[in-house]
Amino acid sequence: MNRPRAEFLAGTQTTQFMVNGRKVSSRAPRAARLADVLRDELGLTGTKIGCNAGDCGACTVLLDGRQVCACLTALGQVENREVLTVEGLAKNGKLSALQVAFQNHGAAQCGICTPGMLMAAADLLLRKRKPNAGEVKDALAGVLCRCTGYQKIIEAVLDVARRPALAPSPAAGKAVGARAGKVDGIAKLTGAEKYGADAIPADALWLRVIRSPHHRARFALGDLAAYAQQAGLARVLTAKDVPANGFGIYPNIKDQPVLAEGEARFRGEAVAAVIGTRAAIEALDEARFPVTWEPLQPVLGLDGAMPEGAPLVQSDKVGNLLLDGGVRRGNVTATFANCSAVAEGTFETTFVEHAYIEPEAGWARRDGDRLEIHVSTQTPYMDRDEVAQVMQLDPQQVRIVPSACGGGFGGKLDIAVQPLVALGAWLTGRPVACVYHRPESMASTTKRHPARIHARFGCDAKGKLQAVDVDAVFDTGAYASWGPTVATRVPIHATGPYAVRHVRTRGRAYFTHCHPAGAFRGFGVPQGAIAHEALMDELADKLDMDRLEFRRLNALRAGDTTATGQRLEHSAGLGQCLDRLKPHWRRLRAETKAFNAGAKKGGGALRRGVGVGCMWYGIGNTALANPSTLRIALSPQGRLVFYNGAVDIGQGSNTTLTQVAADALGLPMAQFELVMGDTDRTADAGKTSASRQAFISGKAAELAGIDLRRMIFAAAGAPSGEFLDRDYRLALQGASVVFRKGGIVHRWNIDRELVGEGRFDPPTQALDPNGQGKPYATYAFAAQIAQVEVDEALGTVKVLRIVAAHDVGKALNPIQVEGQIQGGAVQGLGLALMEEYVPGKTENLHDYLIPTIGDAPRMDCILVEDPEPLGPSGAKGVGEPGLIPTAPAILGAIDHATGVRMRQVPVLPHRLKAELDARPGRRA
Amino acid sequence: MSGYARPSRLSEALRILARAPQAVLAGGTDFYPSRVARALPAEVLDITALRELRGISAKRNHWRIGAATTWSEIIEAKLPPLFDGLKLAAREVGGVQIQNTGSVAGNLCNASPAADGVPALLALDASVELGSTKGVRQLPLHEFILGPRRTALRPGELVTAVLVPKAKAAAASNFLKLGARKYLVISIAMASAVIEHRSGKVVNARVSVGSCSPVALRLPALEAQLKGKRFDASLADWVNPAHLAVLEPIADVRASADYRKQAALELVRRLLREMA
Repeated sequence: MNRPRAEFLAGTQTTQFMVNGRKVSSRAPRAARLADVLRDELGLTGTKIGCNAGDCGACTVLLDGRQVCACLTALGQVENREVLTVEGLAKNGKLSALQVAFQNHGAAQCGICTPGMLMAAADLLLRKRKPNAGEVKDALAGVLCRCTGYQKIIEAVLDVARRPALAPSPAAGKAVGARAGKVDGIAKLTGAEKYGADAIPADALWLRVIRSPHHRARFALGDLAAYAQQAGLARVLTAKDVPANGFGIYPNIKDQPVLAEGEARFRGEAVAAVIGTRAAIEALDEARFPVTWEPLQPVLGLDGAMPEGAPLVQSDKVGNLLLDGGVRRGNVTATFANCSAVAEGTFETTFVEHAYIEPEAGWARRDGDRLEIHVSTQTPYMDRDEVAQVMQLDPQQVRIVPSACGGGFGGKLDIAVQPLVALGAWLTGRPVACVYHRPESMASTTKRHPARIHARFGCDAKGKLQAVDVDAVFDTGAYASWGPTVATRVPIHATGPYAVRHVRTRGRAYFTHCHPAGAFRGFGVPQGAIAHEALMDELADKLDMDRLEFRRLNALRAGDTTATGQRLEHSAGLGQCLDRLKPHWRRLRAETKAFNAGAKKGGGALRRGVGVGCMWYGIGNTALANPSTLRIALSPQGRLVFYNGAVDIGQGSNTTLTQVAADALGLPMAQFELVMGDTDRTADAGKTSASRQAFISGKAAELAGIDLRRMIFAAAGAPSGEFLDRDYRLALQGASVVFRKGGIVHRWNIDRELVGEGRFDPPTQALDPNGQGKPYATYAFAAQIAQVEVDEALGTVKVLRIVAAHDVGKALNPIQVEGQIQGGAVQGLGLALMEEYVPGKTENLHDYLIPTIGDAPRMDCILVEDPEPLGPSGAKGVGEPGLIPTAPAILGAIDHATGVRMRQVPVLPHRLKAELDARPGRRA
Repeated sequence: MSGYARPSRLSEALRILARAPQAVLAGGTDFYPSRVARALPAEVLDITALRELRGISAKRNHWRIGAATTWSEIIEAKLPPLFDGLKLAAREVGGVQIQNTGSVAGNLCNASPAADGVPALLALDASVELGSTKGVRQLPLHEFILGPRRTALRPGELVTAVLVPKAKAAAASNFLKLGARKYLVISIAMASAVIEHRSGKVVNARVSVGSCSPVALRLPALEAQLKGKRFDASLADWVNPAHLAVLEPIADVRASADYRKQAALELVRRLLREMA
């Protein structure tokens, strides 16, 4: 538990109130936010701070039985009143029915919104024992969730009235495929889980970053010493203090300074950092920081960056070009000439913010010549190497200890606070902490790449795709980040999941004076899918074919060759996905037709439509080594510890990898302890990105489990090869392992530590200059249907229904898989309908809109299991695929409803209305 | 920062205000968000313990809504149909957390062009009651909110109540809000109306539109047009674009100016169609 903050003790007036049935008194200033008092003075860090502005609801607590935002409640207002926080929900160590329901339903993913959701639900359930879904939505509407898509949360709250019991943990050998509760779920439901800002030492100094208010500006720093003295600071950091002032994802592109030098290249770029006591930092008047700005003409948008002679964002990047990549196969030009139908269009997307509810947070301490960094991250090993590089230390001198991660979605693949707190701790010798505030998190961290995609698709008279030509350009912002990954991955996927022999695709990324565009769930593939699915619809229409049947006809299947010349040997289940969707498609199309006939007759403004979107997604790094190593140790005391370097960012890898390891070893998953991602204690499992952990680390977990099983059998004196006999059942009883088969019972007293290890690196092959090769060992496939209702008078769109069929190879844990699909689909809905990040204008969670509980449609998941022989039990990945087909399906549905094909997302009401009015003869 | 006062009597609060400028804190739903990662003000006057500022009461000619009355209290209060529009607006103020603490007067003092409470209160012909150590004055709402983030509040003054005249005939009211998502949304446009009717005829109509001008506005031309008309769904047919000419919508991240005009027209028509 945290010790009280020093400045709180300095207060003279005490405020008494009840927290979770216990009388407490606080000496904090009475205008202090209740959220801060709970977290920092009372150590109740279960209450989370996502925005400090009442926009996200993560800090929801009950005040005299009613939900309020603790970030908007003054300490003085709770005097002599009763506060209930998430820590007070369980009584005497017994979970409440609400918490049990959340655990059983998988209603918590990353868990950062969970305390807020639970408290809002607790408020409702105090008033209404058996609420209906509408009442649940109204009551929980003030809490944003970015992971789950809300459906499992609603289902959990509706289930409380049944007084559910905690679902039992699967027995030995029964874990894979089980709907097991999260191994870290209870901690997320009781407030015990520690995120980036939850375990900062009380004696830490705090760091605040000074950022550019301009897109582009030269700047000069003034008298820093005088400022530091006046503001009572311990230290001011500038570019001069950074040993190697450049970082970046790629080893050869370390183009982003930790602290800018002389010129800032985006609004929100770090130019200095100040370090002091928390009180000094919180009292800071940033306006008085001595810096003079000389704003310069910025390069904004692709139209600013691409023209010849455009000013250069980075002086050595000719033409502002970061990367030009592509795939060429067959003879595209000649083939188009012979196509019976050709569809063509240009599609535009914008910056999209990850909007994880946990802002970047972490702290560092120096221990001799080593640095230890506790941080919310998706990629501890890359963080370690990057910090070492910036600090000019050996990687072994840096330890990254990941906290629980309150959402990532790609945004926590880049470093944020890491080098700053490291440098601060190194120079001051004190622990140094930094927690981004919401506007800072939004202004300074990466976004989804805005794309402009020109695409042309051609097919023969029977509807077989013949040729695809795609030219995609991306705005990559001021620094490279993951831009090369996006510009490489998109051309590979630009055909969509269809067999086509003649392909020319190109991806280019351009620098502009914006925050870097980086990794965001799908690495550009969602943008590409908007283009290919629109053209697939158009081709089907031109041939008067059913849109779903047309896709079925062209779907990649095992034995087909992809645009990169890769023959798909196994596990290409798009056809099965479409087949499973077909009855839903027919029913929803028929329903929709009837609805629209009625609406037209009645003169109403509502029109419904149904669309379908397909996707494929290569699992793991593109044509690069991508290994994962995991270990499982059995100690002489009988402790079974899973040293799992794969960071669980909410998607559930802690649970699914344990399931895989447990069955491979032959012990129940409940007996595993977990160490996640600590670079001193776990091996490198690679980053949590590219939907790779279930497939790659899953395989490593399987191999580690088998390896330990082999070692246990050997240690117990079994003949070699006997460990493969699955008729032998193991039991871990105290400090012994018991083997049973038929009537045989053998007990082995564990006499030494055994460590099983598994390593997997999926086989890929580098791409040649024409983009030919085997970039991925396996691909996920999916198809989704969306049904929408468009208000033609207002241009608004409501998504009523999503049916999602995903080929996941094997659903290691169907709850987690459904959670990924539903959460991805609702992010896809946001991409399609509302999310548009505009630097300087949408730096908060009320101007930047993400879907609320009221926007989430009813979602049905269909899990197709076309096994991938390389994967654990046949599993592939599903982290990103959930998002990719959703926007295309919604856009197709809008077109079906209204006859308007939207080529720019998000489809804000005014944009759709303008297109609706532009229909021939339809001017309102 | 030691200057935090949470008096329980209005007279004391007004004395504190008269002494020195104060940052007035009620529900905190604008107070804290405007200070993310910034120091809190040195002098804070917390008005949430002032009994005189809480609750809704019926007076002889008007209803009195205490300034610190929360949106949830509005939703839960037993009130005549005159207030249906205000109740609908109350449900659109953030999530339940915000409705539980955010106050009616706070919404007015914050003076956002998109304040959810303002169109409904304009349609109710509301006034604000302003107290200070020098006395009490009343201002019609449209004279109180002067522009974005600007009010007629004088130094030393506190909004003590919102006053709503009682209906002179049977009254119906309504409110519609348009945004790009459900819940927690800053509106693209809003509309509200109060119709007083007798024997199936409109005797008095007040219609307002929000988020389409620096301050939400009544539509006097439309109101005049509706007077004497049959009180049924056909009311909507009387609305024409000229009635909305007073609006001056801007383009921003939420919508274009043209769209706002169109949407406001559609909302006003729907509002009236739904009311009968």
